[in-house]
Amino acid sequence: MAIQTPDGTAASNAKSMSIIVTKGSLDWAYPPFILATTAAAMGVDVTMFFTFYGLPLLLKKLDLQISALGNPAMKMPMMGTHMVMPNIVGMIPGVHAAATVMMKNLIKKKGVASIEELREAAVESEVKMIACQMTMDLFEYDRKDMIDGIQIGGAATYMEQALKSDVNLYI
Amino acid sequence: MMADQTLDAKGLNCPLPILRAKKALKDMATGQTLEIIATDPGSMADFDAFCRTTGNQMLESKQDGKLYTFLIKRTA
Repeated sequence: MAIQTPDGTAASNAKSMSIIVTKGSLDWAYPPFILATTAAAMGVDVTMFFTFYGLPLLLKKLDLQISALGNPAMKMPMMGTHMVMPNIVGMIPGVHAAATVMMKNLIKKKGVASIEELREAAVESEVKMIACQMTMDLFEYDRKDMIDGIQIGGAATYMEQALKSDVNLYI
Repeated sequence: MMADQTLDAKGLNCPLPILRAKKALKDMATGQTLEIIATDPGSMADFDAFCRTTGNQMLESKQDGKLYTFLIKRTA
């Protein structure tokens, strides 16, 4: 079956990819959105399934945070070297907010896209986004607080897509 | 060779140069050429992979100091 994409090219042989998005911190939000938007730019049909802590990435208003707690691999560039934050420091009130500000400044300085920007690109390039119904019930999220153009579904909705996808990722 | 359109992707990091290039190519006619100027060192490998996967043609790819220039013909 020949399907027409918005730019008029035939997409009958398009490859497809699905991503399960389970994490919603500022750092973990990047891999799924970078891969989804890049794949879409390369002509791949992409489906993202947002579940558990990944679900808030579909909220209209994003307030993403980063934490060094329990993440010994997180080393921030500082004055020519790399700084590790010991867990005991990460627990002090305000440190996690400071780390978030530091990360957001780095992102801007290095020309890395914001998550808002990548999500907009995903919507524009017709990436299919599915919000997990169970997570919405569990954590009491309301459909009206989420962006337009998403679908709501469960594991079976995801599986139907995953079974016919060339690439399936869990992030 | 003069490109039909030029995209300034200087200062942008992965995946923005690819996303902006795709956006520009989408609005161009088949056979037209897009020049991309980038500073992301990863763009060298990425634009090659982009062209091989999408079927667009990489006519020219060069590095001049910290600047990377690509000339892509829309064939897909």
